[in-house]
Amino acid sequence: MDAAAVRGAVERIAEAIRAGNPGGDQVVLVGIQTGGVQLARYLASELERAWGNPVPVGHLDVTMHRDDLDQRLAPRVHPTAILFDVTGKTVILVDDVLFSGRTTRAAMDALTDLGRPRRIQLAVLVDRGHRELPIEADFIGMTLATGPVDRVDVRLAASIEDSKVVLEKAASG
Amino acid sequence: MRWTRKDLLDLQSLSADEILAVLDTAREFKAVGERTIKKVPALRGKTVVNLFVEPSTRTRISFELAAQRLSADVINFTAEASSLRKGETLKDTARNLEALNADFIIIRHSAAGAPHFLARVLGAHVVNAGDGAHEHPTQGLLDVFTMREKKGRVAGLKVTVVGDILYSRVARSNVWALRRLGAEVTLCGPPTLVPPAFQRMGCRVTTDLRLAIADADVINLLRIQHERQRKTMFPSLGEYTSLFGISRARLREARPDVLIMHPGPINRGVEVDSDVADGGHSVILEQVTNGLAVRMAVLYLINGGESSGVAN
Repeated sequence: MDAAAVRGAVERIAEAIRAGNPGGDQVVLVGIQTGGVQLARYLASELERAWGNPVPVGHLDVTMHRDDLDQRLAPRVHPTAILFDVTGKTVILVDDVLFSGRTTRAAMDALTDLGRPRRIQLAVLVDRGHRELPIEADFIGMTLATGPVDRVDVRLAASIEDSKVVLEKAASG
Repeated sequence: MRWTRKDLLDLQSLSADEILAVLDTAREFKAVGERTIKKVPALRGKTVVNLFVEPSTRTRISFELAAQRLSADVINFTAEASSLRKGETLKDTARNLEALNADFIIIRHSAAGAPHFLARVLGAHVVNAGDGAHEHPTQGLLDVFTMREKKGRVAGLKVTVVGDILYSRVARSNVWALRRLGAEVTLCGPPTLVPPAFQRMGCRVTTDLRLAIADADVINLLRIQHERQRKTMFPSLGEYTSLFGISRARLREARPDVLIMHPGPINRGVEVDSDVADGGHSVILEQVTNGLAVRMAVLYLINGGESSGVAN
């Protein structure tokens, strides 16, 4: 998936967010650390162009809310910076890849510790399947058929023209 | 840098990267403490035992609150109310705690090395909350965290530690962390309390307070520990204060942006005057706030298990 495909996916997501949120005055974007942060920035600039007003963007680290912390080396904790009140807002959680759904579950818990959004929606660049929880995205850039141990490597640069998504198939056998 | 240690026993054995990993993690946990909901579920379902064989209030409370803010359950076990008074050995006490499925044991003990012993015999995570005159690693980490937060760096900082160095585990933990991160450390106090042997840890040692504070970025004052001195190590508290106490007049000889730190509890009028302890240079209460964040970070990091699985 090259830069053009990433751009197309971002535009599709932004279009769907606009269709689902006419006017957009109560919409805020929250990128999940680390993969969702840059995607949230892309989406905000698309939406600002369409709506003609600024769209607040924050980022959220879900590490402290994960359910597997004693089964792995302690993951690095990244900053959470949400400099606006989420209460009463439509919060669109943004992540690069939707896989097991556990990150999204942790993100909803982390977010509701910060306030009470009117509703939470989920936007992802890639849905790669293999859900372990009953969670689905509201806005999807593209769906990838993957094996459970394949790697989806999403590289989102400051400029969308330098971005790409690579599916690394696990070695067979 | 991934944290792989099961325990936090001392700072002497930590690399610079490991120390920085704790400090970076603590920064994010400090932010949690500034929210309306100050609690995260990282240690949900875990049991933390505060095994304080030597009395302590502030460190115990800090660990207790740190564990609670990580959603762990906490048991406090103090020397006064324990079977250690009845002759039970430390190992038996600890094994009993483990039989209750304790996941973390925070130990303070008058014997140096007690935490290391527990870490060898127990599967639970062990944190040293002060062992004799050996180390107090979380105090060293919170001191360095505070310096880094206030000064923006640790490497190259000139840090002067004043007071009872000989009996101080706080001084030792400070020295290990500061030297590892590239700070310049000066130790100052009466010759009986600042042995020249500390020069082997890479420190400048002096009995001249004026020299010690002249170019210091940070002055870390240690409490004169009456209870730890088996015999009098200086003629009188009054003489100590006149030579090593920090008054406002003395502070004028230091840099205008110097930080005044103290691990507490303060002997007002002995090692520091009230108007300095409560003045604009003092970060003593911020050290308390930062201690909580550092202890949350330590518990979070050592909780990590084996590496496995796929990203995303």
